[in-house]
This record gives sequence, C-alpha cells and structure tokens, in this order.
Amino acid sequence: MSQGVLAIAEQSDGVFRKVTYEALSEGKRIADSLGCDLTALVLGTSENISKELAKYGADKILVAETRALYEYTTDAYTNVVADIVSKEKPVVIISGASTQGRDLSARLAARLNAPLAMDCIALRVENDNLIATRSMYGGKILADVALDGKPQIAAIRPNSMNITESAGAGSIEKLDVDVGKTELQFIEKKLDTGRVELTEADVVVSGGRGMGGSDFSVIEELADLLDGAVGASRAAVDEGWRSASDQVGQTGKVVSPNLYIACGISGAIQHFAGMSSSGIIVAINKDPEAPVFSKADYGIVGDLFELVPLITEEIKKLK
Amino acid sequence: MKGRLQKVEIIVLLKQVPATESFVEIADDGVSIKTDRVNWVINPYDEFAIEEAIQIKEAHGGSVTVISVGPEKASEAIRTALAMGADKGVLINDPAAEKCDCLGIARILSEALRNVPFDLIIAGQRAVDDDNFQVGPAVAEFLSIPHISMVIKEEIADGKIRCHKVVEGGTVILEAPLPALFTTQRGLNEPRYASLPGIMKAKRKPLDIKTLADIGLDAAKAGKPKTKIVSMKFPPERKDGRIIEGESAQAKAAELVRALSEEAKVI
Ligand SMILES: Cc1cc2nc3c(=O)[nH]c(=O)nc-3n(C[C@H](O)[C@H](O)[C@H](O)COP(=O)(O)OP(=O)(O)OC[C@H]3O[C@@H](n4cnc5c(N)ncnc54)[C@H](O)[C@@H]3O)c2cc1C
Ligand SMILES: Nc1ncnc2c1ncn2[C@@H]1O[C@H](COP(=O)(O)O)[C@@H](O)[C@H]1O
Repeated sequence: MSQGVLAIAEQSDGVFRKVTYEALSEGKRIADSLGCDLTALVLGTSENISKELAKYGADKILVAETRALYEYTTDAYTNVVADIVSKEKPVVIISGASTQGRDLSARLAARLNAPLAMDCIALRVENDNLIATRSMYGGKILADVALDGKPQIAAIRPNSMNITESAGAGSIEKLDVDVGKTELQFIEKKLDTGRVELTEADVVVSGGRGMGGSDFSVIEELADLLDGAVGASRAAVDEGWRSASDQVGQTGKVVSPNLYIACGISGAIQHFAGMSSSGIIVAINKDPEAPVFSKADYGIVGDLFELVPLITEEIKKLK
Repeated sequence: MKGRLQKVEIIVLLKQVPATESFVEIADDGVSIKTDRVNWVINPYDEFAIEEAIQIKEAHGGSVTVISVGPEKASEAIRTALAMGADKGVLINDPAAEKCDCLGIARILSEALRNVPFDLIIAGQRAVDDDNFQVGPAVAEFLSIPHISMVIKEEIADGKIRCHKVVEGGTVILEAPLPALFTTQRGLNEPRYASLPGIMKAKRKPLDIKTLADIGLDAAKAGKPKTKIVSMKFPPERKDGRIIEGESAQAKAAELVRALSEEAKVI
C-alpha cells in the first residue's frame, strides 16, 4: 500500500522559494498517478505561512518550526528529514534542485540508501515506479532514468515544471523535532537583495564579451522591464564585468526561463550547457556567423547597443 | 586566534569525463554514449579541487592523494593531477564498478578511504557528464563526516574549516570540524597547468591501481544500481529558428517584439 508522496518545501527568510510550488504541484501529479496522498514538509518556518501550501494539493502539512532549522545546514536538515521519512514512510520524495535541495537530497539519499534523480525536468510513473527525465552531458542528452527502491527521491530543476493550483485538505501537523547530532555551524549569510534570482526568473537577459565593458545598463533596463534577471557569459565574468554568480553555463548556473535573450554572446557549447532548456531563445549578435544563431528561436544580426534599447522601447509600447 | 599551521592530509575525488566540446552520440544500446571519438579530460570541477588541495598543501604542509573509480584510461587524468602537484594517485579499476550508480561509486570511494588517514576530502560539485551532484555528499555520509557544498573560499585553522558557499542570490559561511568534505564551485581558484618539470616528476609519483577486492569490497556488495538509464535522446531541436530581417534596426526590433508577443507569447 502506497504511503504517499512527500514534497519538501524550501524557505529562505520565511518566504517559500518558487521551486516549492513546483515541487508541490509535481508531487500532486505523482500522488494522483499513484493514488495516494501528498504531504508537504516545511522546515524552520511558521505554521502561518505553511497553510498556503494547501492550495497546491497538500493533504497534510508537516511543520517543523524550530530556530535550529531557520537557516539551512545539511546535517540538521538531513537528521530531521530522515526521522520524518522513517515515520511517514513516503514512497516518493520530491524536492527542488536548488542549491539547498540538491545538497539535502544527495545527503539524504545516501542516508536512506535510496535512489535519487537529480535535476529532473519531467517525471512520470510506470508500474508504481518513477521515471525521471534529466539532462546529461551539459544538456546535449536527455536521459530517462528509472528509480528502483524506496523511497524514490526526485529533485526537480527550478523553472521546469508547471505550478498548478488544486485544493488539498491541508491539515497542519506541528512536529516536535530533534535536530540530533550536528557538526556544521552556520556563521552568516549575505544576500544581494533586489533583483530576481537567475535560476527562478521567467526572463533572463544575458550579456557576453560583446558588452565591451562593465556597463550592462542597456540589458539591465530590458531585464527590469520584463521582471527578469541579468546573466553573463564566462567571458564577461572573466573580464570582471559581472560577478561569478551571474555566470550562465557549464561552470555557472543552469537556467530554464521562458525567454532567454543572449546579447553579444557567441554561443559556445559551455554557454549552451547552462541555458539550452530555456523556452524561447533570442540571440542578438553583430556577427551573422555566430554559432548562437543556430540554436536560437529568433536571431537579430546587429549591434546590441543599438538594438536592445529599441527592443526595450517596443516592449514599453505593449505594456 | 590565528591557528598554528598544521599539516593537512587531503584527498581529492577525481572523475575523468568527456570534454564539453566533444561531439556526443548515443551508442547502439540507447542508454550510453559512443566513446570512440571522445576527448577525455579531468572533470572541470575536480580541477578546482586539485588546485585547492595543492594550495592548502603549499600553505599548511601535508599531502594530496587523488582517487578515482574508472577505466584504465582514467589513470591519464590522475597523472595530470600528479603533474599539477598532487603526490599520490589511486585508481580503482574493476569491471564491477562500471555498473554502479552514484551511490555505488560513493560506496566504493568511501570503502577505499576507510583506513586512510585524512583531514579533508575535496570533490567537484558535480561531474559534467552525468551532472548528478551526488557523489561528494554521499561519500561524506558514508564516512560520517560533515560536508559543505558549492564552496568558493575556505580557510583552515584550529582543526576547523570555514567555507564560503554560494546559494541563490548570495553566499553563506559555514564552519565544520575536520575531517570534513567540501565540493567546489567556480570562483574558488584558477587551476594551474601542469608544467613540463611537473609532468616529468609525475612519472615517478606513485599511482596504485586497485580492484574492489583490494579495498576489501565484495563486488556484489558494491550494490545493485538503484537508478538506471532506460533511454537517451537528443533534446528537441529548435527547428523553426529564424533570423529577423528588416530595413532598419528599428524595424527588426519591432518585428522581434511582435513575434515574442504574438507567436511565442512569452512577453
Ligand atoms: C571548462 C570550461 C568551462 C566553461 N564554462 C563556461 C560557462 O559556464 N559559461 C560560459 O558562458 N562560458 C564558459 N566557458 C567559455 C566558453 O568556451 C566561451 O569562451 C565563452 O562562453 C565566450 O563568451 P562570449 O560569448 O561572451 O565571448 P565571445 O566568444 O568572445 O563572443 C562575443 C560575441 O559578441 C559579439 N559582439 C561583439 N560586439 C557586439 C555588439 N556590439 N553587438 C552585438 N554583438 C557583439 C561577437 O560577434 C561575438 O560573437 C567555459 C570554457 C571552458 C573551457
Ligand atoms: N568515478 C568517480 N571517481 C572518483 N570521484 C568521482 C567519481 N564520480 C564522481 N566523483 C566525484 O564526485 C563529484 C560529483 O560527481 P557526480 O555526483 O557524479 O556529479 C565529482 O566532481 C568527483 O569529485
């Protein structure tokens, strides 16, 4: 008898990350295919904000509200989640493949000796087992991976799955948790506030060496207008024009926005490794032979400093 | 308090992977890639690990051992690490290991390290072939030591390691007692190239090749894989890609915005 799907919510400073809603929505779809319940697990924050998760199909919401879990540390979280798993006995665990979700799911899978599919872009159930679709070889291959064993853990790539509302009973259960033996000590956190997080943004506008310097204002304006994030190629980061956290690609972030606009980026394979799963790709480059055009949905040949402000003006007209 | 310099025994987990520029083709079995035309390199995140290990050794003293589970060919990658400045290499080469998934590989690595004294293990955040992000944390779990992932800066003092790790939108600083494991993120360092004298020296450095039996692991125990690739395909091509033409930059911009709004419906 199926014991249900457990979706792990992720909060930062008491606010759920977008991938939480994606994990719940996907968890609900999996629970429906398995004919079982969906339980949401919230760590380190309040009952109040947790109620909201009922809207995404959670039948039960477990809340472990203790100060020790407010900031994520691998050992405290793994201890607590492993305890909950041993009590709840879920057949499937879904988490986001955010920095935190990847870290936790990897350690948890080893603790539970359980199969894990990382960075999934699609999930389905076959004969009561999960099949996860995930990208490999820097996005050059999509592989279907069959999971075998219990529980089956899937960490889903942010921005790859739909958020769907469906009412769940959402009964809240407060847990008394013991974080157990821990060795990691949280010292401090520094967050740059303001702009949308690259991996969660619906629109990403990126600049490369073609930006010619650290003045990214033309693409920042376009990104702001679209509530998007600004990314960069490695060349732009190496030049010191942007911080390493803006880098998109194999040694940077993997993004899957609905719209990716590459400005002054040639389209190296290592760059594609970070954005090939984007919905629509637009390339703006003055070199008609630039490889980026071969993988773009729309390309414009021309000077980005002329084109980007014009595009921004045209979009303003729409709004 | 500034810690007394203390030798650090470091282990680096290294995987040999196809270079990103490699042309990837799906093999006839449909669940693996053709390897004949692949150019094999050290996983770029493991290069950061090797570089950091050498820098720690240079600052504190100690030694760097590189360990890999892989085919015979992976010894080339280990030699490169030795040429960069690592001291010792271990390759675990066993047909039974080929069938392992991440947990199996992590089990083998942790068994191989069980009786080796170490203070620190450094792994890549992920291998750029399977992109799994799993082996580092799993090795730490099997060895019951703490781990910190996605590290861009570390300091070792007084038997502890303090790491700056990147998270969405910022950085977090965490501290762990040694022995510990951390995984690398770009920004940590710029890996050096192997120098010619380094390459000459590497030829005389020890590189042990071991089987699972040598590390006391029953091949059957390495575990039946719990994850298995059942099919592979290429991502859908962007067939309908087109270049937006127009008389002027203004016209092209207007046409792009129209297409994004009316055809693609993304704005
Ligand atoms: C191990 C490894 C890992 C790597 N990881 C990454 C990674 O994570 N991310 C990444 O991006 N790269 C990565 N790279 C680097 C990658 O190979 C390329 O070197 C890099 O992506 C090039 O950046 P670029 O396109 O900005 O620069 P370039 O290749 O120099 O291209 C600049 C482009 O701008 C165009 N241009 C110039 N001026 C203008 C203008 N005014 N208007 C319009 N167009 C203009 C030019 O025509 C050109 O096409 C990696 C490389 C290696 C070896
Ligand atoms: N076969 C292997 N041998 C040694 N180290 C490995 C192996 N596979 C993975 N690793 C290490 O684990 C990291 C993450 O790999 P993965 O979990 O496969 O993405 C790599 O960067 C290596 O440091």
